[in-house]
Amino acid sequence: MIPNDVRITPELIAEHGLKPDEYQRILDLIGREPTLTELGIFSAMWNEHCSYKSSKKWLRTLPTTGPRVICGPGENAGVVDIGDGQAIIFKMESHNHPSYIEPHEGAATGVGGILRDVFTMGARPIAALNALRFGEPDHPRTRHIVSGVVAGVGGYGNSFGVPTIGGEVNFDPSYNGNCLVNAFAAGLADADKIFYSEAKGVGLPIVYLGSKTGRDGIHGATMASAEFGENSEEKRPTVQIGDPFSEKLLLEACLELMASGAVIAIQDMGAAGLTCSAVEMGAKGDLGVELDLDKVPCREDGMTAYEMMLSESQERMLMVLDPAKEKEAEAIFVKWGLDFAVIGKTTDDLRFLIKQHGQVMADLPIKELGDQAPEYDRPWIAAEKPKPLDPADVPAPNDIGDVLTRMLALPDMCSRRWVWEQYDHLIQGNTAIGPGGDAAVIRVENGPKGLAFTLDVTPRYCAADPREGGRQAVAECWRNLTAVGAEPLAITDNLNFGNPEKPDIMGQFVGCIEGIGDACRALDFPVVSGNVSLYNETNGKGILPTPAIGAVGLLDNFEQRVTVAFKAAGEAIVLIGETKGHLGQSIYLRDIAGKTNDRSAPPPVDLAVERRNGDFVRTEIRAGRTTAVHDISDGGILVALAEMAMAGGLGASVKPDAVLPLHAWAFGEDQARYLVTMPEKEAEAFIARAGKAGVPATRLGTTGGNELTLNGGVPISLTGIKAAHESWLPAYMAAGAEL
Amino acid sequence: MKSAVVVFPGSNRERDMLRALETITGTRPAAVWHADRDLPDTDLVVLCGGFSYGDYLRTGAIAARGNIMPAIAKAADRGVRVLGVCNGFQILCEAGLLPGVLMRNAGLKFVCKHVDLEVANADTDFTRKYEAGQVWRCPVAHGDGNYFTDPETLKRLEGEGRVGLRYAHGTNPNGSLNDIAGILNERGNVFGLMPHPENMIEPLNGSTDGRALFESVLEAVA
Repeated sequence: MIPNDVRITPELIAEHGLKPDEYQRILDLIGREPTLTELGIFSAMWNEHCSYKSSKKWLRTLPTTGPRVICGPGENAGVVDIGDGQAIIFKMESHNHPSYIEPHEGAATGVGGILRDVFTMGARPIAALNALRFGEPDHPRTRHIVSGVVAGVGGYGNSFGVPTIGGEVNFDPSYNGNCLVNAFAAGLADADKIFYSEAKGVGLPIVYLGSKTGRDGIHGATMASAEFGENSEEKRPTVQIGDPFSEKLLLEACLELMASGAVIAIQDMGAAGLTCSAVEMGAKGDLGVELDLDKVPCREDGMTAYEMMLSESQERMLMVLDPAKEKEAEAIFVKWGLDFAVIGKTTDDLRFLIKQHGQVMADLPIKELGDQAPEYDRPWIAAEKPKPLDPADVPAPNDIGDVLTRMLALPDMCSRRWVWEQYDHLIQGNTAIGPGGDAAVIRVENGPKGLAFTLDVTPRYCAADPREGGRQAVAECWRNLTAVGAEPLAITDNLNFGNPEKPDIMGQFVGCIEGIGDACRALDFPVVSGNVSLYNETNGKGILPTPAIGAVGLLDNFEQRVTVAFKAAGEAIVLIGETKGHLGQSIYLRDIAGKTNDRSAPPPVDLAVERRNGDFVRTEIRAGRTTAVHDISDGGILVALAEMAMAGGLGASVKPDAVLPLHAWAFGEDQARYLVTMPEKEAEAFIARAGKAGVPATRLGTTGGNELTLNGGVPISLTGIKAAHESWLPAYMAAGAEL
Repeated sequence: MKSAVVVFPGSNRERDMLRALETITGTRPAAVWHADRDLPDTDLVVLCGGFSYGDYLRTGAIAARGNIMPAIAKAADRGVRVLGVCNGFQILCEAGLLPGVLMRNAGLKFVCKHVDLEVANADTDFTRKYEAGQVWRCPVAHGDGNYFTDPETLKRLEGEGRVGLRYAHGTNPNGSLNDIAGILNERGNVFGLMPHPENMIEPLNGSTDGRALFESVLEAVA
């Protein structure tokens, strides 16, 4: 019997985020009252963030296998075969709550955590991206959060030495009290040298690596599993502090150690730190774990077992070591100036046994803590299917040039240069397409292969029709990879939603998952890793459903890549895909026509058409028959055209559809479409090949000049739209500096 | 040409630099650990980019006091060429091998972009393969590249042709004095610059203009 010095009261249980029935389950499991340390351990393992208790049932419906998948969800990150004995390892994870409370450190440690997930598996990180969502620009906290998050993301990645090459930035009032910071990382490894977290062998040393344990981040994962109220600021002490310098040392030391053959199993200490990493390693390997906390390197004296087990201090790893190589392993860590301590061993009794000062502080069944956490089938209601919008009901603009200029300067549409110039996107020297295009491309060390990366989701589509929005998020990723010439391989999903205990929110979650599943199956695009972030609510109001998708594609030769920029004057511009002028849930409708609460349907996604059109475009790119390609998404054809023109410093003259209203043609957001350019003399054959493939292809116009001209109308100056496009974000942030 | 790249804890462009040197010189450079006290026999010592010691205290300040630094100073005294790029430049200034300091960027933010560099002096061991006045594009990626020194030193640097590279066409990304991007020591064998020529050596990078900097040293030591 373990002496209980703290009485476990209902208040204490509630403070640990455990429901009365969950506490009863604990009592049933261990047959006695838990100690405070044990209660803390249960709360860390059974919170939403670590246990996926509300989402598991639905996550299981997603396709996770494929001919190239080496390791799907359940490990630190997903692993996909890219040929030649190489694998790409990637994952995306949220750090939403900490980033709202303390933007710089919250975002920085989000990046640090995801990088660790990747190199824990033996991969050297080669790319980082991040999807950031902020409150409305006029909200008093937004500037502060944008500035802190961007500096935090950059500060960590830049120092660590990974190129940050893309992502998303959006603004919406639903994120006013709950920003989203979704960090993605990918690393390269040899396919036969992947490291997993499953412990193997009884009586083997468990080694603690990296930085010392402090009192930061205690209960971070529990905090991340609760809604925010008025006093979220008070949660600042639960935010971890990042040290990219230590992480870089940890990376080098881990890779060196892995090469030495000493590592049997390894797990990074992320959410719920020592508790979660030790339990996962043991539970996966059907082994018990015994830890002696007196051996844990600590930053300060007098830390209790409770604090040590729940600390989320960063840049730490736990490892099961080959005892024959202990000295060699220690020498590597000493060389890199990092802590190395044997703090416990694997056992055969399936217990999680924690000792401090010679006393047992916790003695719990390890399997039940880990794989047998509670699971819920939460009630949900499907949203009403929205009705399509008739373009005739949407007011037409007087001056299309003026509208285009305004659209390109919208917070959600303007250039993100101010953000990505703070990120080192060139380090490692392999950046083949940097930020600002459809997908970023990184050359695989020494070539000729290339890997393409993109993050996408359109939350307003998901809010209007969760299933269609889920399909669209995956389809847009697939399209963006295709648009640079890459073969889409697999995705990671970062599902950000409100409170799952509310049936309508749970309905959004279920709908989006169904949509993601539809698209993944239709496009052979499996989910290999992911993360769920629920309770993104403030004062009872949820965020827009935001299932951010991160996707990876492969180029056999990075030289095949194309960019969005127009390359030469006098080239043909061809539109791929069908244009019906779908204005429902469009940027035009929301931000120009001002219908912010419109409930109309988002553009439908026909996955068979998506695949047919994309496969055609990719084949043409790989055959070297295109000079520029851009997918059409937010803002429609005219915005895509303007982006190609601005990137290439070349104008265009185009002929809009004769039947559709001009604004529906120009700004409709129909899916499965691309703009493609090619030398004039090759246009006819291109369109003929498209016809043969059953792909709609329309000659739209010709590149050239310094203006965009529609049907010979009033020319729209490139200089003007570029100034508007580039200036909004810097001007907005600079205005904050003067306040 | 034999070259050596010094690796400090927190260096992060050592792999870029090793690859660039190997590509251009045809010989794999030696990687030198900061805790060593001796340099291998080499024609060129390179201090690469990164965040040595996390940029804690001041950029380059801790690395400048590392075990390997006296050996580098001695090599520089013997006339061995020493190149410091980005954090390497900061370390050379902190170690007193180059005059002046690199302060926080005037915009107070990290900046990664391509700038135009003008060859201010083409008669140096690090720039001789460029034309005088030639302008080439090169990436920068730093938070502390704002070169500063006292008026007298600045006058000497300018008067003695020790400004090797300057930011051109209004592309100064950091507020550096006189648009200074790179400077030499008195003897002309130590060169520090903020931009990253090692990330501008193959078509993938957008141009190969950074090669000439390494080829200049190659020619100088031949």
